[in-house]
Amino acid sequence: MNTYVLKRFMLFVPTLLLVTLMVFALMRLVPGDPAELLLMGFEGDGQYSQQQLDELRAKLGTDRPLAIQYLSWIWGMLRGDFGVSMYFDTPISEDLGAKLPITLELAALALLLAFVVAMPLGVLSAVRQDTIADYASRIIAIAGVAMPTFWIGILVVYFLVTWFDWLPPLGYADLWNDPWKNLQQMVFPAVALGFYNMALIARVTRSSMLEVFREDYIRTARSKGLREGAVIIRHALKNAFLPILTISGWQVGRLIAGTVVIETIFLVPGMGRLLVDSILHRDYTMIQSIVMVIAFMVLALNLVVDLLYAWLDPRIRYE
Amino acid sequence: MAQQTTGVLAPTEPTGVGMRPKRTFWENIVNFAQQKPLGAFGAVVVILLVVLAIFAPIVATDDPRETNAAYRFNPPNADTWLGGDQIGRDVYSRLVYGTRISLVVGLLSVFFGVTIGAFIGIVSGYFGGITDLVIQRIMDAMMSFPALILALAIMAILGASVTNVVIALSAVFIPGAARTIRSQALSIKEVDYVLAARAVGAGDWRIILRHMAPNCAATFIVLASISLGWAIVVEASLSFLGVGIPPDVPSWGGMLNGVAQNSLDVAPWLGVFPGLAIAITVFAVNLLGDALRDVLDPRMRGAN
Repeated sequence: MNTYVLKRFMLFVPTLLLVTLMVFALMRLVPGDPAELLLMGFEGDGQYSQQQLDELRAKLGTDRPLAIQYLSWIWGMLRGDFGVSMYFDTPISEDLGAKLPITLELAALALLLAFVVAMPLGVLSAVRQDTIADYASRIIAIAGVAMPTFWIGILVVYFLVTWFDWLPPLGYADLWNDPWKNLQQMVFPAVALGFYNMALIARVTRSSMLEVFREDYIRTARSKGLREGAVIIRHALKNAFLPILTISGWQVGRLIAGTVVIETIFLVPGMGRLLVDSILHRDYTMIQSIVMVIAFMVLALNLVVDLLYAWLDPRIRYE
Repeated sequence: MAQQTTGVLAPTEPTGVGMRPKRTFWENIVNFAQQKPLGAFGAVVVILLVVLAIFAPIVATDDPRETNAAYRFNPPNADTWLGGDQIGRDVYSRLVYGTRISLVVGLLSVFFGVTIGAFIGIVSGYFGGITDLVIQRIMDAMMSFPALILALAIMAILGASVTNVVIALSAVFIPGAARTIRSQALSIKEVDYVLAARAVGAGDWRIILRHMAPNCAATFIVLASISLGWAIVVEASLSFLGVGIPPDVPSWGGMLNGVAQNSLDVAPWLGVFPGLAIAITVFAVNLLGDALRDVLDPRMRGAN
């Protein structure tokens, strides 16, 4: 167990360091001087003096050597300081602190809904293989994988418009102040966001269950007279869960990326929408911070899934 | 084994005993269609889309960029088959022209991305050691960015244009292709013909380009066809967000930009048809890709 965990951590640290280098390098590839771009404004005809330029460069830190810039960026992040937004001139950590929880809630709710719908669907599909129920759930699964998340979002909005006469923004109520209202507003974006994962999890659950059903211990469980429900849930589903976990782990990145489009459609004030706005504003420091936070979350969640996997499946630990 | 006792210089038997009968091109196609009806269906849809893209000026009824005040929010009818958009352009004609962007951007970015990735993968697998270790860590790091996020970050730097979308999407496909091709290169490296090439004194790069690369071709095709649907979705997502294809170029994703907030209550068709076009295309491409994977590379069955 210990060597596996140690090895997995050894992989995590250098990869994270490389990721920080990449994000840093990427944002230094911006054509031209960010300070000049800012002063020139969107039309590119702003007037400014050399003194203003020097002051802004000093404030953004772009007048220092690259290595120093990189190290101070890392040091800042370790202390929770992401620097200042180039566009709004506000501390980035405050914006992230306000918006990241909203995005995380949306993603968690989407994943929860996906599991709650997909696992029974997949199990049903496997138990009633080659019946109408199986075909129906397989069609949903195949369609769900081909439909882009943002189109599902638009369809959900259309559904809300025609049935409830609602249009985004649905507004946003804080989870801790008004949990019921918050849930009402988050559930529709979450359905749209989780649709792809739901389809995928249903597919994997089905194939994984079908595989497990062929195992000897299922025959044993049945022949010792267990009820079918107990066989399915306690024996089959428990063993079929590992592939489901792996696939969901791989899809975490896609789920987080999906919040970008879903938050844009439903006007949810989360980190995804902030990223799109920052790109339109050319707020490079903000883009850099958000991309870094997302990459860190993906890396960390992959680590968690791998460790969970090792904990659930002793074969990996003792290899 | 018995045949080998005749000696190395004995001419190969031309009878082809035990070999699959040689099929013509058409027989191959018919065979594919019989074995993989869904894949064949996908192929037919993809061919239709390619034809649509090539003959867009003939198939379209209007100029996709021309605005006509009378078409504004026009519901689908005899004039505007799929309706008119918020500034009076014909949705049907824009959809037809949008096929071009989706296919061209998708194919180009998959081609560049998978080619670069495959090259990196072969080099990594062939040289092994520290080269392999460093390259693999870099690929791991690239993979920690979700596809759309990496593409968004690159677009933020380069700015919205068709070329830049191709560049951003190509970068997205490099790490996955590198990883898959690397594992194949690791096994090819030990095969007799590579050892033979080295024995007669072929250099590293000659072995890589002349002996190893051609033997990764099947995997290359499979990777490209599996990635194409994904490329089309990410391109559409970028354009939908307003940071991909510039708004004056008709693209499916761009047609959906702002629809949810501005026009869905008065003109729902604006939100339905472009999305349907994307879904059908991706669905067909995926069917074809899955079938090609099963036929060309049985080892990858069940991957993805």
